[in-house]
Amino acid sequence: MRLKLALEVLGLLALAALIAVMPQLVSSFTAYEMATVGMYFIALLGLSILTGYSGQISLGHGAFMAIGGYTTAVLSVNGVYGHHIRDLWTIPIAGVVAGVAGLLVGIPALRLSGLYLALITFGIAVSFRQIPLKFDHFLGGTSGKVLSLLKTPFGLSATPNNWIYYLTWGIAFVLLVAAWLFVRGKPGRTLKAIRDSEIAAASSGISLARYKTLAFAMSAFYAGVAGSLYAIARGFMNPDVFPIVLSVYLVAALALGGVDSFLGLIVGASAIYVLVNRTADVTQWINHLPAVNLNPQRPGMPDVIFGAVLIVVLIILPTGVGGALRRLFGPLTSRLYSKS
Amino acid sequence: MYIAAFTWTEFAQQITAGVRQGAVFAGLALALVIIYRSTRAINFAQGEMATFTTFVCWSLMNHGLSFWAAFPIVLVIAFVGGVTIERTIIRPVENGPVITIVIVTLGLALLLNGLMSVIWGGGNRPFNGPFSTRTIDVGGVPISVQDIGIVAVSFVLVGLLALFFRFTKLGLGLRAAALNRDSSELVGVRVGWMLAFGWGLAAVLGAVAGMMVAPILFLDPNMMQTILLYAFAAAVLGGLDSPVGAVVGGLLLGVAITLLGRYVGFIGDTLKLPTALLLILLVLLVKPNGLFGRVAVRRV
Repeated sequence: MRLKLALEVLGLLALAALIAVMPQLVSSFTAYEMATVGMYFIALLGLSILTGYSGQISLGHGAFMAIGGYTTAVLSVNGVYGHHIRDLWTIPIAGVVAGVAGLLVGIPALRLSGLYLALITFGIAVSFRQIPLKFDHFLGGTSGKVLSLLKTPFGLSATPNNWIYYLTWGIAFVLLVAAWLFVRGKPGRTLKAIRDSEIAAASSGISLARYKTLAFAMSAFYAGVAGSLYAIARGFMNPDVFPIVLSVYLVAALALGGVDSFLGLIVGASAIYVLVNRTADVTQWINHLPAVNLNPQRPGMPDVIFGAVLIVVLIILPTGVGGALRRLFGPLTSRLYSKS
Repeated sequence: MYIAAFTWTEFAQQITAGVRQGAVFAGLALALVIIYRSTRAINFAQGEMATFTTFVCWSLMNHGLSFWAAFPIVLVIAFVGGVTIERTIIRPVENGPVITIVIVTLGLALLLNGLMSVIWGGGNRPFNGPFSTRTIDVGGVPISVQDIGIVAVSFVLVGLLALFFRFTKLGLGLRAAALNRDSSELVGVRVGWMLAFGWGLAAVLGAVAGMMVAPILFLDPNMMQTILLYAFAAAVLGGLDSPVGAVVGGLLLGVAITLLGRYVGFIGDTLKLPTALLLILLVLLVKPNGLFGRVAVRRV
């Protein structure tokens, strides 16, 4: 086991180094794009704790991202008693607010099995956008809230794009390590026990209620942080910033990347980025194929591909890309582990 | 919060509008229930399947067919489509965890939604329904012909379906396959095809719901997204495994939501959806099997 630990720590260090040098290698705009990927990655990390380790499903994490985004927007634009809060400090608050919302959903979720939880959270995803429309004087309605322009604070010498890149991936790295420590320790083992058999877990004295709500709150916290960063990077917040379909994308990306594979999630996060932000480019790229002529004004093609890939992957590799890789390399690494 | 000015005529109109909405919810909820009974999963692509077939209807009408000429063609296409979907993409994951089936249907929803924008383009467009919006006087209450037509079509369809399930051998086979797979297989019911048939029927129900609601909502690829949530609420209210419950739940929900939206100022139009969500949550917490559902007994 010590070798496995060493490999994982090494992997994390390599990732940290890669994150640190990346902006030197790519353009400023690409850094901004990568920051966006990092935000989806953070949200997926949270979802992975929920689904991969506690076995609960949420089709509503787009709504928790929106809660984070709105918290940041309200605190930095409306302010508290006239004091505008610097957007950087709203990030943890956004996480906590979303986490509390997750706790509130997690408590009734205790009584609901997988299918019903899927229904409820889907309902949250679909109906959340009505809340800012209803309380439009406070949350800005459809016209939304304009945040201050993205700029580098504390006189640091990075461009705004590099700043949001380092901020996002810095937070993503910290949250990744936190998630890693969480799932490899006692809480992770407990959650896995619950996932595999609730009855057996309860019989061994595990409080199902405490751990399942904890997992829900934690994953909502991650989503809230991601949503807050997203709102800061966009500098704008309205109900369309986090569209309904984002919740579906998140679950789909999780299934593609493999529910309990943290690195597979980066692949999933990139897929979401393309789907949300680069649909027209994908259509144009597909048009380079022979005998294909799609209208870039009709940006449905990426959804078609994503949906088709998702279905095929679930039929062929039910554990996602991450799980498939693990099965491929599993025999090799498990022999390595057993030597140590 | 305020109570809007009240007249009995308007109240009666609201009730009819509610029943009309409820008929559409009931159709889609029934489709969900049929699939739930056979596959034990919820089809999150039900809305997209319905919208897709409605687009097919729109296309046929654009090519010069009248609505009632296009209607049976669309139903056949929907049925074949539903059967094909079950045979090709649901079948391989049928025995897997429920969550896998749910995610496959989500993938299907994405695929169909994208396909609609590729083929027909996004944005909404008017859809000329078969019924006029002229009102006729029913006992002093003006009711639109469209409302009556939608309710009539939905009821006839549900009635036909009930007769089919009750009095035909195929219907019996479908019920048997949903109730007990293994025993049905032993007595020679071709369970696999029965499940596919169920998906075909569900697609037909969805198609009718879509074609009925399109003249009111305008047609666009996301048309059924919110209707699907109401259908979930209706199905949960009635009991996910009860066809009668789906119809009753749909009608109750339609009337309740319309009245709440009209007479409770705080809810209005904007908070109708969250109210439906709250209803799902309440039903699941208080009476998880719904009004008509069988009480599930689980062996541990």
